[in-house]
Formats: sequence, C-alpha cells, structure tokens
Amino acid sequence: MRIYVDPKAEQRFFRALLWLLTGITVFILFFIIFYILKRGLPVISLGFLSKNPVEMGRAGGIFSTVIGTVALTLLAILIATPLGVGSAIYLTEYTRENWMTRVIRFGSECLAGIPSIIFGLFGFILFVTKLRLGWSLLSGGLTLAFMILPTLIRTSEEAIRSVPYAYREVSFSLGSTKWQTVTRVVLPSALPGIATGVILSVGRSIGETAAVIFTAGSSLHIPTSLYSSSRTMSVHFYILAREGISMANAYGTAAVLIISILAINVLAYTLMNKFMRKYC
Amino acid sequence: MLFVFVSDCGRGSAQRGLVVAGSTSVQPFADHWAEVYMRENPGRVVNVQGGGSSAGIQAAREGAADIGMSSRELKPDEKDLLEVIVAWDGLAIIIHPRNPIEELSLEQVQNIFAGNINNWDILGGSGHLITVVTREEGSGTRGAFQEMVMKGSRVSRAAIVQDSNGTVREIVANDPNSIGYISLGLVNEKVKAVRFEGIEANFENIDQKKYRLIRPFLFVTKGPPKAAAQDFINFVLSRPTQEMVRHDGLIPVFKE
Amino acid sequence: MTRLERNEKLIRLALLLVAFSAVSTLVIITIFIFGEGTPVMFKYGLKKFLLSLDWFPLEKSYGLLPMIIGSLFVTAGALVIGVPFGLACAIVLTEFSSKRLRRILKPIIELLAGIPSVVYGFIGVIILVPFIRDRLGGPGLSVLAASIILGIMILPTIISISIDSLQAVPRSYREGSIALGATRWQTTRMVMFPAAKSGIIASIILGMGRAIGETMAVIMIAGNAAVIPRSLLDPVRTLTSNIALEMGYAAGEHREALFATGVILFIIIMVLNTIANLTSKRRIP
Repeated sequence: MRIYVDPKAEQRFFRALLWLLTGITVFILFFIIFYILKRGLPVISLGFLSKNPVEMGRAGGIFSTVIGTVALTLLAILIATPLGVGSAIYLTEYTRENWMTRVIRFGSECLAGIPSIIFGLFGFILFVTKLRLGWSLLSGGLTLAFMILPTLIRTSEEAIRSVPYAYREVSFSLGSTKWQTVTRVVLPSALPGIATGVILSVGRSIGETAAVIFTAGSSLHIPTSLYSSSRTMSVHFYILAREGISMANAYGTAAVLIISILAINVLAYTLMNKFMRKYC
Repeated sequence: MLFVFVSDCGRGSAQRGLVVAGSTSVQPFADHWAEVYMRENPGRVVNVQGGGSSAGIQAAREGAADIGMSSRELKPDEKDLLEVIVAWDGLAIIIHPRNPIEELSLEQVQNIFAGNINNWDILGGSGHLITVVTREEGSGTRGAFQEMVMKGSRVSRAAIVQDSNGTVREIVANDPNSIGYISLGLVNEKVKAVRFEGIEANFENIDQKKYRLIRPFLFVTKGPPKAAAQDFINFVLSRPTQEMVRHDGLIPVFKE
Repeated sequence: MTRLERNEKLIRLALLLVAFSAVSTLVIITIFIFGEGTPVMFKYGLKKFLLSLDWFPLEKSYGLLPMIIGSLFVTAGALVIGVPFGLACAIVLTEFSSKRLRRILKPIIELLAGIPSVVYGFIGVIILVPFIRDRLGGPGLSVLAASIILGIMILPTIISISIDSLQAVPRSYREGSIALGATRWQTTRMVMFPAAKSGIIASIILGMGRAIGETMAVIMIAGNAAVIPRSLLDPVRTLTSNIALEMGYAAGEHREALFATGVILFIIIMVLNTIANLTSKRRIP
C-alpha cells in the first residue's frame, strides 16, 4: 500500500529544508571571510605592507613575506606555464588522440589531485636535500611548478580543444602552416581560457603552505637570490597564528592573503566570462 | 633540460647566507641573535629555520643547514658531529593559569604523561579529564623531557602532539585541563609553570642547581664550521651576546 | 624541403621536447615517490604496515593503522557535512531560485574555494575548538572539529560542480516533467537529480579527494594523537598530518616509511579519479 503524501505539502517541506541548509551554508562561508576581514583590515596599513617583520613577526610588518610570496609564485609560473601550454599545444594539435594522450591526461588528473604535502615531501627530499639546493626560492619554486603543472596542462588543453575546428580549417584553407595557425588563430582564441588557468594556479600558489614551508623555508629576511630562503604570507600567517606570536598581525596577514586571492579569482572569473561570451 | 640547469648548485651557498636550522626552542633566541649579528655586521646574512632538534641535526649532517640547532644532548650515533653549547635552558612543566594545582612530583608527572593518571581530581584539582600535550618525536624538548622526566616509560600514545614550543604553549593557555612541557625561556603570563619536586622553576633555582630539569642548547656542525659559521658561533659565545642570553630568559654558558 | 617545411619540422621538434619535459616531470614525481616508498612496505610486509597499531618510528615500528582510520573517519565526517549542505545549496540555486541570484552567488561561492586552508584551520582553532571543548567535552582538538572544518572546505567544490551538472541537464526534461503535472520538487527529486547524478557523484569524489589530501588545517585542529579515536571528541591523526609532523627529521627507513604513506595516498587518489572518470562516462546523452 503506498502512502499518499500531498505533493504540494511535500514540496513546501523540502523547499523550506533546502533553503535552511543553503542559508546556513552561505552564512558560514561569508562569516569566515567577514570575521577575518573585520579583525584584519584595521591592521593593514602602508607601514604594515612595507616594513619587515621584527622579533619573529611580533612587531613590524610583512614586507619580506610579500616579496617572498611574489617571488615564489612568479618563479613557479615562469617555469610551469611554458611547459604546460607547450605540451598542451603539442598534445592537441600535433598528435592524434591515442592511448598515450589518454594516459597522459589521466596522469595529469591524478597528479592534480595529489595532496600538496606529498609535493612538499618530494621537494624537500629531492631539491632541498639530495640536490643540495637547500631551503630556497629555487626549491620552493620548482616544487610549486611541479604542483601546478598538471592543472595547467589540463586547463590549457581544454581551452585549446574548445576552439572550433572551423577556425583551423579556414586558416589552413588560406594557406597557412600549422605553426602559423596555432600562433595566429588557435592560441589567441584559447587565450582567455589559458589565462584563467594560469591565474587560478597563481591563486593556488599564493595560498599554498604545506609544500612551501618544507622547501622554501621560513626565513624572515628579504630574499636576495634564488638560493635565499624566504617566507611566504601563508607560511607567516600559519606560524604567527599557531604560536600565538601576534594575533593582530596574524589577522592582518590573513586579510592581505584573502583580499589578494579574491582579487585574483575575480580577475580569472571575468576573463572566463569573456571567454564564454565569445563561444556561447 | 631543467636538471642540467639545476645541477650546478651548492655553489650558491655564498649567496644564500648562513643557514641555521633546527630546534623550535632555540629558534626564537637564534632569531634574535641573528638580528643583532646582522645589524652589527651589515652584509652578512643569517637565515634561521625551525623544524625541531632532530631535523636540525639531520639538516646539518646532510648539508641543508650550516649549523643545526638542538635542545637536547646528542645521541651516541650523532656524536660524529661537532657540537658547541651556546646556552642552557630550563624545561618547564606548564598548566593553565587557572588550574589550582601548584606543584607536582616526578612520579606524578610520569604517571600523568604515561596516561596512568587521567583526571585532575586525583591530584586535588577539578574533576576533569587531563589533556596531555606533547611534542613530536623528533623534538629536542621531547627528547630532553623523555630522558629527564619519563626515564623508562613512554609518553601516552593518546597524547595530543604539536610540533613547536609556541603551539604547545598556545594550547595549554587555552585549555583549562591541559598539561604540557616547554622551554623555560618561553614561559609567559599565558601559562603557569608548576613547582617540580617542590622547586619553583626559575633562574635562581637553576643557578643553585636546585631545579634540575635543564638541557643544553647546542649548535651542531658537520666537521669544523666554515668561516661564516664560526664567526656567528663566536658572536653568540661572546660576552655581550651571553649577557643578552640571560636577559632573554636563558642561562648563559659563562658563570658570572 | 622548403625553408617553411624545415621550420615547421623544427617547431614540431621543439614542442615535442617541451611536452616530453612536462610529461617527464610527472613521471619523475611518480617514480620518485614509489621508488622511495615501496621497498619499506615490502620489507616489513604489507600487512604489518597497513594493519599494525604501533607507530613508533624511532623504534622501527611502522604501523599506519591509526592514521589510516584517522583519515577515513575525518573524510567520512567531512562528507557527512559537506554533501547534504552542498547538494542542498546546488539544488536551491538551480531549481528553486532566480537566475540572477544564481549568477551572483555561484561565483562568490567559487571564490571561497580559493581561501587558503590555513585560514580555515585558524578559524577552527579560534572558534570551533573552544566551542567543542567547553560545550561537548574533550580537548576540542578532535575528529568532530576536523570533520566540520573539512566539510566546510569542500563545500565550494561540491556546490560548484553539482550546479554545473544540474544546469547541463536538458531543459526538456524539466519542462516535460512539469507538463505532466509534477511539482518542482517532484521534478527535482525524480528527474533532474538522477539525470545529473554522474556529475554530482564526480563532485563528491573530488570533494573527498580534497578532504583526504588536506594537511595544514588538520594539523591545527585534530590533535595529532597517533591512536584510533574512540569517539568524535577524541583527537586523531591523519596520514597527511603524519607526513608533515615527521618529515623534517625522518632519516633512512623512517623517511622511506613516510614516502610509503605517500604511495598509499597516491593510490587512493588514483582509485578515486578512476571512479570519477567511470561514473561521468555514463552520461545520459
């Protein structure tokens, strides 16, 4: 015997339940951001951003960590982007879809999902210890590059793949070579998609802690060469917060981090929109 | 292709400055010494990292660090490395400031950390379960604690583990039912150091050899320290710096 | 061969080298991790490694069971929280709200995915841990704390991908169902949801992958005790935290044991990814 439930009543109940859950979810997510910003924004000032940490971060600003973050991220992007985009071009334009490309794609997907601490372990043993690079921007940058490479390959591949074949056909029919087609037709069209991938990787690198703390170290001085150790903002925040060195500075660092990452993601999102609008 | 470029490394050590890594107990002090050293010797760079005593010793052995910092004695199989004592530090057993307990005996501490006593009321405190906080296995502080306090028995497996003095202090400062151990030099108003075996944990008692939980802060190098490292070590051992050491909350190497 | 053709061949060769370098880095990582990790697993026997309770690396005892169970509990807890709230959000935003609301909220939720994990961990320490300790008991650093924070962390992933999957279901499905007299909830429950199932499952698996791999937040709030937790309020240590806590000083065999942990995590992620791939292949055309 089936129990008859009035569908309208059922809908009212579930609708209420779902809205409740959604409300809680949205509230929690926004709460976290506002909590940090409320306590962190007052700490941020030009001085905070331009002075170096003093007394392990108890006083002073976060300047050296800003430099460290920028340097490390820049290094990682400079290494990973040519490799990622280049191989994406090769895999989509210059080879046919076969078992090898499928294996590479699966491998990239897996590696994109590997916990960052594993990359930290890998980087620590290989770069810091075995290759004797020590705790340095180089060790950290290489490790981060390895970490974002799989994602870059995947997003670039998707972006290049979604350029309509017709574009290429027209280009060929006009007599251009493959490389000319790639550089003058395919890449410009895929650029927003590729750029989105790069920007999202930048966002990820900035927030990365586990892989960085074991490879770039936690030195508080402005890095002067590729072999210098340096602390990133995420690492600085982590150390300040858990050791109770200075809660105020911790909130300030977190606020700077969040604002930077949000700004970067907004940038990626608007680029993605532009990309979508071109093809949809 | 990338590795060809990367393989000619190691010669970068001149550019990267002196790397001092290891004990989180020594780290804040080493950082202070480095700050002063760099101020007095412009152009010299000293980078201080944490990681724990065993990590520092390991790093010194493998070359990742020029000087390894340790807050415990070297083990027999580590004696092939050179060590220099740069300061002495007390080990404090800490509890929450509002915890009514004022002193603990060796046996009591052993039983608490081993998990045999698990409620504060057995010791005369509130009727709450004891939260035991310990350091990770590679910690020099833990090693010193293990040797001087636990002696034969093991710290309970169910104890909460954190990987630096500062973190242990934060947890004990926030949890009214917790107990932990940190460097005496790092005790502040957020936590309370218990009287151990009836003796208050302070510098007079350490000087008079009454409070006996003390361990050396070591700078460890693989072979004789290279010039830059030796210079820094000399600086730390010099009288002005040792005065600063006392001021910072440690026991200097020299007696007055 | 004309000059143009020679250039093309050179460019193709150059790109091949680039692709080869990129792929070889992927291969290097895999080989390195497996190479360092598997010998120790076989030396002590897989059974002892995976099933022994004793993790005393300095005494050469490498039993990972407490950490494996720790990771499992914490991930399961994260899913228990993340999935219902995440799916509810996705369903509300696609089926029960205006397009404009979705257009505003979805990107904001995706932005929240970029918040560093240490910030989530910090919020956990400042707000959640004292709450659990004072109201529910135990040290506060617990399975519960880790599950809640991880659950919140995987929400953006689940929500965003589920919304995409629900939006990808052809409109005719929804319209047909309404035309037959079903309410919107009935349509959602019996038509839209099953149709988007493969994508939703993929989102859950991705969320699971993120939860398993999280390290920093967990170190801050789970307590890191190397025992099997007997209740939600007990401290716990995950496989990832284990690696992070001991990496600095592990030497020789101990170090290899940590790589072996990495191997296990690697295999878990591979399995999850394969499942995700297989379920999304079975799409309704």
